[in-house]
Amino acid sequence: MKRHVELKNHQREIYFFRLRLILSLGFVLVLLFILLSRFFYLQVVKQGYFKTLADNNRISVVPIVPNRGLIMDRNGIVLAQNYSGYTLEIAPGKVMDLEGTIDALAQLVDIQPRDRKRFRKLLSESHTSETLPIRTRLTDVEVARFAAQRYRFPGVEIKARLFREYPYSDHMSHLIGYIGRINDKDVKQLEDNNMAGNYRGSDYIGKIGVEQSYENELHGITGFEQVEVDAGGRGVRVLSRTTPQSGHSLILTLDAKLQEVAELAFGNYRGALVAIDPSNGEVLAFVSKPGYDPNLFVDGIDTENWDALNNSPDVPLNNRALRGQYPPGSTIKPFMALAGLEYNIREPAYSISDPGYFTLQGSSHHYRDWKAGGHGRVDLFKSIVISCDTYYYGLATELGIDNMHEFLQQFGFGKPTGLDMEGEAAGLLPSSEWKMRRYKQIWYPGDTVSAGIGQGYNLVTPMQLAYATAVLANDGVGYRPHLVKQVMRDAEHEAPPEQPVVAMDLKLPAEHIALVKRAMVAVTQPGGTAAGASAGASYKFGGKTGTAQVIGMKQNEKYVASQISERNRDHAWFIAFAPADKPRIALAVLAENGGHGGSTAAPIARKVIDYYLLGKAPKPLQNVTDSPEKEDD
Amino acid sequence: MINSLKRRFVAHLDPVLMYALGGLMFVSLVLMYSASDGNWGRVLGQLVNIVVAFTALWVVANMPLHYLMRIAVPIYVTGMLLLLGVMSPLGVNSHGATRWLNIGVATIQPSELMKIAVPLMMAWYFEKHEATLTLKNYFVATLLLAVPVALILKQPDLGTGLLIAASGFYVLFLAGLSWRIMTGMAVLAAASAPFLWHAMHDYQRHRILMLLDPSQDALGKGYHTIQGMIAVGSGGLIGKGYMNGTQTHLDFLPERMTDFIFAVYSEEFGLLGNLILLALYGVVIARGFIITANASTYFTRLMAGSITLTFFTYTFVNMGMVSGILPVVGVPLPLISYGGTSMVTLYLGMGMLMSIHSHKKLVQS
Repeated sequence: MKRHVELKNHQREIYFFRLRLILSLGFVLVLLFILLSRFFYLQVVKQGYFKTLADNNRISVVPIVPNRGLIMDRNGIVLAQNYSGYTLEIAPGKVMDLEGTIDALAQLVDIQPRDRKRFRKLLSESHTSETLPIRTRLTDVEVARFAAQRYRFPGVEIKARLFREYPYSDHMSHLIGYIGRINDKDVKQLEDNNMAGNYRGSDYIGKIGVEQSYENELHGITGFEQVEVDAGGRGVRVLSRTTPQSGHSLILTLDAKLQEVAELAFGNYRGALVAIDPSNGEVLAFVSKPGYDPNLFVDGIDTENWDALNNSPDVPLNNRALRGQYPPGSTIKPFMALAGLEYNIREPAYSISDPGYFTLQGSSHHYRDWKAGGHGRVDLFKSIVISCDTYYYGLATELGIDNMHEFLQQFGFGKPTGLDMEGEAAGLLPSSEWKMRRYKQIWYPGDTVSAGIGQGYNLVTPMQLAYATAVLANDGVGYRPHLVKQVMRDAEHEAPPEQPVVAMDLKLPAEHIALVKRAMVAVTQPGGTAAGASAGASYKFGGKTGTAQVIGMKQNEKYVASQISERNRDHAWFIAFAPADKPRIALAVLAENGGHGGSTAAPIARKVIDYYLLGKAPKPLQNVTDSPEKEDD
Repeated sequence: MINSLKRRFVAHLDPVLMYALGGLMFVSLVLMYSASDGNWGRVLGQLVNIVVAFTALWVVANMPLHYLMRIAVPIYVTGMLLLLGVMSPLGVNSHGATRWLNIGVATIQPSELMKIAVPLMMAWYFEKHEATLTLKNYFVATLLLAVPVALILKQPDLGTGLLIAASGFYVLFLAGLSWRIMTGMAVLAAASAPFLWHAMHDYQRHRILMLLDPSQDALGKGYHTIQGMIAVGSGGLIGKGYMNGTQTHLDFLPERMTDFIFAVYSEEFGLLGNLILLALYGVVIARGFIITANASTYFTRLMAGSITLTFFTYTFVNMGMVSGILPVVGVPLPLISYGGTSMVTLYLGMGMLMSIHSHKKLVQS
């Protein structure tokens, strides 16, 4: 029955249908309103936010690395330079199968196992999501071959980069140092110094030597480019650009040719040489032998080369001039003589009778002179000329260690000289207070005796000894030693060279210094310990030989070089200044295991001085010229 | 002569709908050029899609109503057979879903056909039992809907499944399904949600989770939503200008020509453009409501209502998904997204609307 009612009530049915249709319309309108609200929210309320997100998507800030400053010697010879070349680089984050990709790349360009090793090392050390080089210095052919196949290698690209090159290879390695890839430690240091921003995009940083010490000058200021990129990270167009400022070039105080002469003069000897202009503190030569090829380090050294350098018994990575610490031996005597005069313990005319040994009161121990039987009567002048040990045993004993310490530290012993290179060793200038602090022991009189001839606890670096010699040569006025003559801050108007900075003025009596210097000149003349090496010199110069013991001798043993293995032989020292009347160069030479200062170190110094004063080109090295007296110390 | 031909050609084409469709057609072609980064091939391809779809529209619009009634059952049965075929070895799997059927000459997606077939079949069924509607009829109609929807969800194809479920639900709703049953169904749906969640595929769950917090997986599944929202939001009030959308032209937007084409539009034309586009859709929907209200038979009322509401649902779901209020379910923007199948399906629906209106008038006059 009911059905019939419905059937008949057609209008009612339409009414109910339209009611539902209107409800549907309401549903539609509500949803439309939700949509519109959403659009309003996104496009009006949050428009700025999404605009920023869209810009972050498309705008990439690309750092432009500045060109690193060059390093030149005082005459403009380039010692560190840049050249452009191509590297093949992989973005590890964008490559799924690294090994597979490298294998495929090896089909196109030459990739050696050591390239792979280095890449893995870089990968483990990498601190950013940047690209890492798998190969550097690609040939044009390799570049072309890769370019043709590029599409196969997403995440791999060829980059044109500036490479650092050290044309003199191992000749100035310890002075110039090298740059290397920035590692985690560097990053932390940059962050601590608030420098990380300027190193965005930089891959390299000075690691050692002048490259490290003058990093701030050499690096330059990074520029930036705003680039519009697509979703694949490819640049579409440049929006804005801030040009980078190249790093400042450095002009060193170094004379590259003098350095060459000095390096050659060493022959096969290991050792160090530092030459300083006493009148202004400029370092003219800075040698540490053997050196190494700094070019190996620039792109990350491979394991083979690293092991070879690191495990070599010659320790080529050790900067002997700056960090090598040796007993000064007899080279301390001129300074000791000055101390004796200063403290009025020795008159110039006072002489001793040298029996060939020294004994402390109440002891039977013989402190032997290097010459058995002694030198007879010895005054201060002669004590330097013939390097009499007995004279200085007595002098030191009377002076006492603390006066010695007080006096010698004025010349810069026992502390860094302040050279503008990081990592300088302090050496060691002992005192009773030092011994108590270090060993919890009192100072014994016997300690003082050996300290008097530069043995015992005393340690100096070649840099320190060269500096002390320069101070002495310049009559007690010392200029801060420095390696950089000029920072080229402005290419157009050359910045003025660094003015010499007086670091010390000892105000020692002129006649004391004159006497000691006269004695040092006599060292290089017939009868002196360096007479042989000085023979035939057309100029007068002062010097002092020295020998640093590597192993101690027992009371009754005699040092016979031929019976001692080469590495245990004494180190040979020579300090010198020239010309005698108005010194223009002061230097210290150390020849490791060279034996006697007069026979090995002095000839090296002679060649350097010859070249510096006379411009004499070096002759092929003749190893040893003998002094008339066969030994010193 | 020509005039009479012209008159005969347009006789069954509803002018209001035609203007709105023409406007959407124009937007589609203009947008395709930008979305494809100036690729005329894509524009041409879409033009071909439109021509084919319009042909289908014209044919259906000229079809008398009883024809529509007559084809309901065969289309539905064919569709069901094809859906079952998808589950057979002839089904084609792609990207982890088996939605396609290889019929030798081409690969077809039977679920597209069901978008028309299901409401058509249900409307036909209600028309047939109009005089004697009981609860049982609603139950049978629900089964007619539930079986294909279940098959489609199983493929799995959440988007299409839910849209077909919606179109079928509209038929049930307009056919007068009682509020009590609807409430019951809603409660049942809410109660079964945990089970449904359990039965869902991982990617479907992921999409729902992503909607809640797209930034959780900004480079993975959330990427679509985030980049879409950035495009829409950065468009601002008046947009970045035609061909100037950075999200679009620098490849940040995924699916630019298909599901996310609205983001392209919104980025380049802004809120103002969105209002214009919504107005065009509004005209279609409003006209659909008028046609539905004036439809002469039970079948045509249900059919027209379902077509109109489904059309709106497509629009809402797509825009909602691009603007980040709905999960990414793979629904194209009706009449604008690139693609022949959905274009034909939607134009067929429009053709039916026109036929329903025009033939009613013919009957009356």
